[in-house]
Amino acid sequence: MGISINVNGATHSVDADGETPLLYILRNDLKLKGARFGCGSGSCGACTVVIDGKAVQSCDISLAAVAGKGITTLEGIGSREKMHALQSAFVAEQAAQCGYCTSGIIMTAYALLERNAHPSDAEICAALDGNICRCGTHARILRAIKKAAEAAP
Amino acid sequence: MNAPRKLPGNLETNRALERWLRINADGTVTVYTGKVEIGQGILTAIEQVVADELDVSPQRVRLQTASTAHGPDEGITSGSRSIEESAVALRYACAEVRELLLQRAAAKLGVSLEKTTVVDGEVSGGGRTVTYWELADAQMLKREASAQTAPKAASEHKYIGIPVQRRDLPAKITGIPAYIQDMDMPGMLYGRIVRPPAYAARLKSLDDTEIKAMPGVTAVVRDGSFLGVVAVREEQAVRAARGLARSAQWHNDQTLPAEMTPGAYLLAQPARVDVISEKSDPIIKQQGGQMLAATYTRPYIAHASMGPSCAVARFDGGHYEVWTHSQGIHPLRRDMAKALGIAIDALTVTHADGAGCYGHNGADDVALDAALLARAVPGHAVQVQWMREDEFAWEPYGPAMVVKTGAALDTAGNIVDWQLDLWSYPHSTRPEGKDGVNLLAAWHLAEPQPAATPANPPLPAGGSHRNAIPLYDFPNQRVTNHLVMQSPLRVSALRALGAHANVFAIESFMDELALAAGADPVEFRLRHLKDPRARAVIEMVAQKSDWKSGASGGGTRRRGIGFARYKNLGCYVAVVAEVDVEAEPRVTRAWAAVDVGLAINPDGVINQLEGGIIQSASMTLKEQVTFDRERITSRTWDDYPVMKFSEAPQVEVTLINRPDLPPVGAGEGATGPTAAAIANAIAAALGARVRDMPLTRERIIAALAQ
Repeated sequence: MGISINVNGATHSVDADGETPLLYILRNDLKLKGARFGCGSGSCGACTVVIDGKAVQSCDISLAAVAGKGITTLEGIGSREKMHALQSAFVAEQAAQCGYCTSGIIMTAYALLERNAHPSDAEICAALDGNICRCGTHARILRAIKKAAEAAP
Repeated sequence: MNAPRKLPGNLETNRALERWLRINADGTVTVYTGKVEIGQGILTAIEQVVADELDVSPQRVRLQTASTAHGPDEGITSGSRSIEESAVALRYACAEVRELLLQRAAAKLGVSLEKTTVVDGEVSGGGRTVTYWELADAQMLKREASAQTAPKAASEHKYIGIPVQRRDLPAKITGIPAYIQDMDMPGMLYGRIVRPPAYAARLKSLDDTEIKAMPGVTAVVRDGSFLGVVAVREEQAVRAARGLARSAQWHNDQTLPAEMTPGAYLLAQPARVDVISEKSDPIIKQQGGQMLAATYTRPYIAHASMGPSCAVARFDGGHYEVWTHSQGIHPLRRDMAKALGIAIDALTVTHADGAGCYGHNGADDVALDAALLARAVPGHAVQVQWMREDEFAWEPYGPAMVVKTGAALDTAGNIVDWQLDLWSYPHSTRPEGKDGVNLLAAWHLAEPQPAATPANPPLPAGGSHRNAIPLYDFPNQRVTNHLVMQSPLRVSALRALGAHANVFAIESFMDELALAAGADPVEFRLRHLKDPRARAVIEMVAQKSDWKSGASGGGTRRRGIGFARYKNLGCYVAVVAEVDVEAEPRVTRAWAAVDVGLAINPDGVINQLEGGIIQSASMTLKEQVTFDRERITSRTWDDYPVMKFSEAPQVEVTLINRPDLPPVGAGEGATGPTAAAIANAIAAALGARVRDMPLTRERIIAALAQ
């Protein structure tokens, strides 16, 4: 029984209705709290994860739809002890206030840098237009993403 | 006996030293603050203060989460007052405790107090050492603070005044559970609320038979028009709530205004009228020639937090335990006890971080929601999070306002007479009003508790009239507050309160007067302003932005300036905004200069200013709560667009540090000046003045057509 999904390189069997939004599976079944509920309709980006290389809003995609796909969450790219370049750039630039939107923004940036290692400002902004930051930390976030891109080979 | 001396900050209301800190035998210091982290970095600033005043490394400081179970009652975390109230209290408390420890050390080491030195809690004297951790005992802090020990001078600071990284960010950036939304407890259930479709709607009938039979549903709670559901899994609760919403029938009424721009409906209401400032010099007044007048408006604006309101509650053995992201756990607890009909001791409220709130949103309401659902499933923790649509529709908005200004210029172009009349609703309906209960669910119960009479924070800080009195030196002036008590939409405190609209009006009008006087806006402000700190931020931002009279930013870009001293007693902020008016108006760059006195965490101050500028630009250019005659129609991010990344400006903040002056908060200082700077840039670009927020392209075109 259960639906099998691959998250951060590990396979999990989840006993839930196939229509369940992926976000609730990640947060409540797998206890991965990086993706956050913001709107439930894929329009704020707080729940963004990366699925097969693409930034996807996990509140707006069902468990059944991601079975067999490779899901990466904020927890999968780095940890407090061993941060991803994006995470350490966000700390270095202090690119957050409340931090609630940050994980979704980092995951959107992660997907962007995977396909375009050195994006222009306009390309970063275009990628982030589906992510809302209400605290107004935009300028710092852009700096942090550019810093992470510059650190890449 | 003499009345006790007034103590600094919230030491005044929380005098027991042990309420603020404990020195532990394990080499740590436990610090209690009643202020809470809302993304502004207050806990980091407090850690810096404690480390410096006690002479311990920041790694030894353990900050306790604010809870009604321990620590000081510091009211509400709001009004940019946490530095002034909590950090200042701890500054004096720690200085005093350091002195107590040094007295004990001196006695133990057999040296005089002057012969002791301390490094990271280790006291040396006479060739021997002893540590705080050996010296302290439970008895030592069982005393009232005297605040007789002076805090350190700026030259002695090791941590205060240094840009310090926020202590809470690494967890939030790597996905370690940090928010109330992340809280997990064994056997925790999930709740959702089904709100009425409109303010005036009342539940007529409900058939919940099918809902109760849905998988995972453990309880349906109906109490008057309060309706909620508890389920084993979160998605089950969401699905059941949607089912309940479909089967509920409601009575409804048309209670909302016919138009969204606040002019007519706000001015038509009966108001309490108070003249709040009056200056008169009849001889100078006679020199007035050219007269100008203008009317400015602001619509209802939403806090629009990224994280919908969330709380966890457990009801067990007659006691409620509640966790929420409220800005004021003690006032909340007192209102919740009234709503639940219990003794206050039967309820503990503990803070947990939430998303940025920018004022009074649903953080208090949701705590009562969670308690009402938890009561139906004793022994189980219940987590309740609002849906996005309810967050938009039910939060208390920043009130709509109308500000009318009038002035007379003499032949030299100086302002000789100034009048300002503002109309607004009260700006606070937080819990613990003077009567009633200020919690949403309490109004919907079968035995409802009415809302408290709305409060308007008094001057000098002010609510609706915050920053309504100009800081400029006008020989004649009259400022009048017209307060309309009952708003048709739910309202409360939103970042900067009345200062957003009042500074927008004052500083827009200053530019209109400068134009009439043929003066440069920067020079025109300076000629009416004596306060040297005010002049310094204006001069600094002019210098940093390379301000030139009438200068273009290139193409369709122009610049405007705005200034205020927040509340007329907090931080000084001047902003220059560069706006591109080619399509929808967009702020391309912004510069700010800020003076907060002693800046405890300079990077924290700059971050708050940057955020304040960008958020104010979003509010000023784009935001307006929409409604029809029955209901709020702003329910999703599509109905209530805010600034996107591609629209956000570059921001450059210059801090004028004054380490010998008392520290004040920074969070709300940029909101008003930014709004005016944008309006002034648009006027400079097009020669058309838009006086109604939001400053949209549609309104610019209409202004050009006039």
